[in-house]
Amino acid sequence: MTHSGPEPMPETWSTNDPVLSVRNLHKSYQDQHVLRGVEFDIHQGQVKAVLGPSGSGKSTMLRLMALLEPADDGEIRLRGRRIGVREKANGAVALPERELAKERRNIGMVFQKFNLFPHLTACRNVMLGLTSVKGIHHKEAEEQAMAMLQRVGLSHRAGHFPSELSGGQQQRVAIARALVMNPDVLLFDEPTSALDPELVGEVLDVMESLANDGMTMIVVTHEVRFARRVADEVTLFDSGVIVEQATPDEFFDNPQHQRTRKFLSHVH
Amino acid sequence: MEFDVNIFVQQLVNPSYVSGAFLSVAVAVLSLILATAIGFAVALGRTSRSRIAQGVAGIYTWFFRAIPALLVLLIIWNALPQLFPVLRQDWFSPFIAAFIGLGIVEAAFMAEIIRSALLSIDEGQALAGRALGMSPVKVMLKVVLPQAIRTALPPTGNEFIGLVKFSSLASVISLQELLTTAQVGVNITFRYAEYYAAAIVYYLIIVSLLTLLQSYVEKKFVWTSRSKSKKPSILEPVGQGVQP
Repeated sequence: MTHSGPEPMPETWSTNDPVLSVRNLHKSYQDQHVLRGVEFDIHQGQVKAVLGPSGSGKSTMLRLMALLEPADDGEIRLRGRRIGVREKANGAVALPERELAKERRNIGMVFQKFNLFPHLTACRNVMLGLTSVKGIHHKEAEEQAMAMLQRVGLSHRAGHFPSELSGGQQQRVAIARALVMNPDVLLFDEPTSALDPELVGEVLDVMESLANDGMTMIVVTHEVRFARRVADEVTLFDSGVIVEQATPDEFFDNPQHQRTRKFLSHVH
Repeated sequence: MEFDVNIFVQQLVNPSYVSGAFLSVAVAVLSLILATAIGFAVALGRTSRSRIAQGVAGIYTWFFRAIPALLVLLIIWNALPQLFPVLRQDWFSPFIAAFIGLGIVEAAFMAEIIRSALLSIDEGQALAGRALGMSPVKVMLKVVLPQAIRTALPPTGNEFIGLVKFSSLASVISLQELLTTAQVGVNITFRYAEYYAAAIVYYLIIVSLLTLLQSYVEKKFVWTSRSKSKKPSILEPVGQGVQP
């Protein structure tokens, strides 16, 4: 089913409401209108796969949700609370970077190119958010980081620097780095696109196990088989709007939109 | 007149050379610290989005790259005390004037080194730090700066060595640094070769030690878990990583 226009936002949040929801999101770069009124909801424990051609705006949507860039219009709510802006009588005003930093703690982000910190070991990469953002003591942070590295199967590489790890290992460290902050939702921006084909599997396996553990995840990806197997809902993005949104079976076997059928004929 | 080895050796162990060498290094160290501090601020200004900060930083770089260091030293030592009585007091020594003068000139050059080092860091680094919820200051201190330092180290080593030699300019404001020490000896004895040769030996020793220090510090920034003595090869692949 497609979205049916803006829905009223709940005043108070309950666990049945979306963890993260986006209404009427707009973003332009110079004269390019990249996002044209995106509507998006994700509930606790849900996994949503976002497909779409390159340049359709799906990565931009993630960056806006992660508060890494300001939206031109629209609103983003986390657990019912509007984020990224301060609401004033005459409209919403973007928060200063220091305030945005605090709100970003609750949203995890995994990047296409890992963006690990090359000057820190795998363990220190995972620890940095704990020590410098949450103010957790070094010893305690190290224990949490090691537990998280174990979860992504890399505790034996904890003392290695990113340049000494394979791409797949780097991305798993990056997932641990985001996960250790215990975010409400984890955003993945084409997490396997920069990997050699034989390294894709290990990263998808980690993501699938997170999904099984109940992590709330939005995954922008080209991995159609992963989307079909792991996602609760699949979304097609095109030209800055959501074209189709459906369960994997409906999306892949019985797409409602011509645009979706055309897209699937290219990737299948 | 032949080269008198005795005079040469005498001067080598002469305490006034040792203290001259010490002053030269001390001026270089302090002016480098001052230059790095000002240079960092100027570099932040030049990379800032604020037009005013860009303008101020741009003018600083333009001005102090244009003015000879010698002239700056003369202004600080001779002209400023005429304008500001506080600088006529005893604490304002040639040493202080020298390191401040060289520091503010050098800052214009350090700013360019630091600016290009900051710009060399991949944008994804700050992005990842911000995504973790780090404040702008933390992103700079914990993520960008440690990486920028590695890029800035080799050219900074050059500047440091340059400053040791530039400290000889402070002879015009009567600082008894290394070259002045040699010159004073020459003026008394006219043994040019022996006194200058002793100065050469001191400069060689100082710069050799600094070169060793530089390579030691650079090794601290190699970022591998393997043996630190192994030299990083430019042939080794970067980024995608070495398979275990």
